[in-house]
Amino acid sequence: MDPMESIKQTFFQECDELLLAMEEGLIAIENGEADDEIINAVFRAVHSIKGGGGAFGFEDLVAFAHVFETVLDNLRSGKLKAGEEAVKVLLRAGDMLADHVAAARGGQPLPQGQDDDVKSELGALSGEPAGHGEEALADFEGLAFTPMRIEVSDTPVETPAKIWRIAFAPHAALYAKANEPYLLMRELATLGKVEVVCDLSKLPALDLVETDQAYFAWTITLETDVAREKVEEVFEFVAGDCELEIALVEPTPPTVESSAGQETHAMACAADNAPIRAAEKKEVPPAASDSAAKQTIRVDLDKVDRLVNLVGELVITQAMLSQRVLECDIPRTSSIGNGLAELEHLMRDLQESVMAIRTQPVKSIFQRMPRLVRELAAQTNKKVRLVIEGEATEVDKTVIERLGEPLTHMIRNAIDHGLETPEERVAAGKPEEGTVTLSAEHRGGRIVIEVSDDGRGINRPRVREKAVERGIISAGANLSDEEIDNLIFMPGFSTASQVSNISGRGVGMDVVRRNIVDLGGRIVIGSAPKQGSRFSLTLPLTLAVLDGMVVAVGDQTFVLPLAHIVESLKPRQKDIHPFGRGRNLLNVRNSYVPLVNTGALLGANGAVDAASGVVILVESQGTGRLALAVDAILGQRQVVIKGFESNYQRIDGIAAATILGNGRVALILDVDGLVSRCRGELSAAELSEFRPTGT
Amino acid sequence: MTMSEKQEQTNQNRRQFITFRSGEQEFGADIMVIREIRGWTETTPLPHSPDYVRGVINLRGVVLPVIDLKARLGRGRTDANVKHVIVVVEASHRTIGLLVDAVSDILAVTSAEIQPTPELARDELAAFVEGIAVLDERMVTILSMDRLTASLVSAPMAQAA
Amino acid sequence: MTKVILTVDDSRTMREMLKLALGGAGHTVIQADDGINGVEALQNAGTVDVIITDINMPRMDGFGFIDQVRRDPRNRAIPILVLTTESEPAKKQRARDAGATGWIVKPFDPDKLLAAVRRVAP
Repeated sequence: MDPMESIKQTFFQECDELLLAMEEGLIAIENGEADDEIINAVFRAVHSIKGGGGAFGFEDLVAFAHVFETVLDNLRSGKLKAGEEAVKVLLRAGDMLADHVAAARGGQPLPQGQDDDVKSELGALSGEPAGHGEEALADFEGLAFTPMRIEVSDTPVETPAKIWRIAFAPHAALYAKANEPYLLMRELATLGKVEVVCDLSKLPALDLVETDQAYFAWTITLETDVAREKVEEVFEFVAGDCELEIALVEPTPPTVESSAGQETHAMACAADNAPIRAAEKKEVPPAASDSAAKQTIRVDLDKVDRLVNLVGELVITQAMLSQRVLECDIPRTSSIGNGLAELEHLMRDLQESVMAIRTQPVKSIFQRMPRLVRELAAQTNKKVRLVIEGEATEVDKTVIERLGEPLTHMIRNAIDHGLETPEERVAAGKPEEGTVTLSAEHRGGRIVIEVSDDGRGINRPRVREKAVERGIISAGANLSDEEIDNLIFMPGFSTASQVSNISGRGVGMDVVRRNIVDLGGRIVIGSAPKQGSRFSLTLPLTLAVLDGMVVAVGDQTFVLPLAHIVESLKPRQKDIHPFGRGRNLLNVRNSYVPLVNTGALLGANGAVDAASGVVILVESQGTGRLALAVDAILGQRQVVIKGFESNYQRIDGIAAATILGNGRVALILDVDGLVSRCRGELSAAELSEFRPTGT
Repeated sequence: MTMSEKQEQTNQNRRQFITFRSGEQEFGADIMVIREIRGWTETTPLPHSPDYVRGVINLRGVVLPVIDLKARLGRGRTDANVKHVIVVVEASHRTIGLLVDAVSDILAVTSAEIQPTPELARDELAAFVEGIAVLDERMVTILSMDRLTASLVSAPMAQAA
Repeated sequence: MTKVILTVDDSRTMREMLKLALGGAGHTVIQADDGINGVEALQNAGTVDVIITDINMPRMDGFGFIDQVRRDPRNRAIPILVLTTESEPAKKQRARDAGATGWIVKPFDPDKLLAAVRRVAP
């Protein structure tokens, strides 16, 4: 790819990191926890975005960043104090900058004037009128001659050949900054014909020469047709560290070169340099490396994926090996048995370490939430405080990417429906400001993420009413509080009297739940009226691996994802009831669930009938439950997920495959697919109304 | 081989084929698509799949579908045992295994020696056949693995039980 | 003539652009992402012909870096160019007082960058 395109991508990646650092810093400033270093970091973030943005010509972005940066500069120099109002403006500016970056990334600048308000607020803070946008061109204040606008002089007015006489006498400072008169003259020589005469009058006897003093002066005659600015430009770096005079001379024949002067010049220069190098070596203090800063490296995701796959293979092979050894009746206590146990132990460690490479702190997702909360609070006119806990908790990259949407929906719901208005809250004896808590932690090999609020809790009578209205439950159905709460996961369910323009259409909790279950997780609600609600998500640490229950069905072995399993039970014949066309229902604690002969469904031979085997009760988001009759449960284990669709095609009812310890392929069942197919047109209402005929 | 001989070979456009037997027939497939040859192992059946899809096996961590060539050509089901062979083929962006009776040898055949399929033999076979190679007294049916593998996408599925 | 150039800037984007412009002209580019790493890189490198540094950086900024570099007399002859978007005379003066040889304004034109390098290094 074009190198500039590649750097542009780098730029946007860097912007993401810088915007994050900026937001963190601004929040710290808001909480009064910011020190100078943090304020500086915020300044640098905006400064860097401006710098990079300028290189790619993102004018609007640069113009806005410049105004923002000016205010931040005042803040870090102490000229501006971070009062509450000022901080609010800075936060808004941060959001606006993020919008500019997003717009630049998408190739479409923001609509004209969108940032005017924030810009003027920033201008007010810095005491400068807004619209100060133009990037200041190179200024050369403090120089001996008039400032040059280099961009303008790109095509200088060419003049007929002129002769300039340049008197140039460097000060010691010029050398101290590693400027070299020889190089300046070399550059002059590129402009035209140059003759140099060196004035040695100030040079003392050699033994009195001090290495850091300046003794030489030159008179340079330059015959050129370039404009004066170009001549001045050669000296731009050293102006102020020398005596400089550039005068136009009437064209005259060139002066005779003074060869003596030239030689002395060369010799003197040599003498000049040598002593400097011979100067006593001073100890340079060793660079103090910040040992507290973590070292990181950047790795291609492909390489990591390959590593993860290889380790997955290793795990399978090791399991197979262990199995074969067992089958050979080699005792576990033998040296082989011990060796294998050791191997298994190491494999588990290896797998954990490799999985950990792909993990990232949830911070990257959580960090988007403060802005979301700010916007929602503004839109709903509610006062909201967001508390974030456990943002360092690490989750697999693949899971993190898909968490964003469900979390956003849940926070929207919490603020939109959960929290009351400030007036309502005060009336209820609560603080005006509602609190939404977002937390993450590791628990028992899974990740638990919770979104809770201290709002009004789930309105159970209302939810129940709505469910009856929609035919989801029958009017007489007897439901526990928990079951009522879970009704909100039904498709199309929304108790808001009008669809709020925030939560919008089609982003109900059913979508959220589906997203979580797709990730192999579960979502559970807890709620107390008037006190608040809590949603708990449990997620697997990674998507490549699945917790499954291995079952035997006839002559085959299948795997059921644990995330979908409610319970397993041994059915009694009398609990099985025929229903409709060749179907059966299973009575599970007085609620009726369709019973499926898994062997028949999947074409396995020799499956036992339902009453002789085991029933696994599975659940699919909002669609309902199914009772799968299998022969036996073989165990529970973590399996590595293998696809087969790329080599074959989709199969109804089958999600993926895995390789068991015996080396054989076992199919992983697609519970959602099975439930939809088997429940078919049956509605929860029909099921809840079923009464067995006779006993 | 001399330069001129080599030139001659290239000119004649020889291709190399692995030949194998299935039922009473001998078939050939371009060596470029053959990945490996392995013995038969029990497959895990795939629900709702056509009868010629025997199932899947574990090929060093890859889940490989195995197609019974005899059944695919409409000639009945292979009674597979350890003596049978699975030819692993990569074509049309898929890797699959082909169940055959045995592998014979490698042939080098020029394009000139491959004759088009006779009109009479219009059956299941025809869709996947590139042509027939006649060498000495052998008749080898040259199969197009690309077409065979690609046909899996549109394979009719048995209805749900 | 190709040179060994040390670039010190905390922005990855800027480092890549400098590398593209300087490397493209045949120079060898060494990079560091802040002042402290810059000092270390300078010590570890055999010769460095030119140093280009940003001003705003974490841990040790451009001024601190230049100051540190110039303290070693062996480094006094190495030309240092500062990258700046700030046009305030105070910043430029401060950089020069610390020992900077010259400056380049961001966003930089690759040709001007190379011209500045030519101007300060043999």
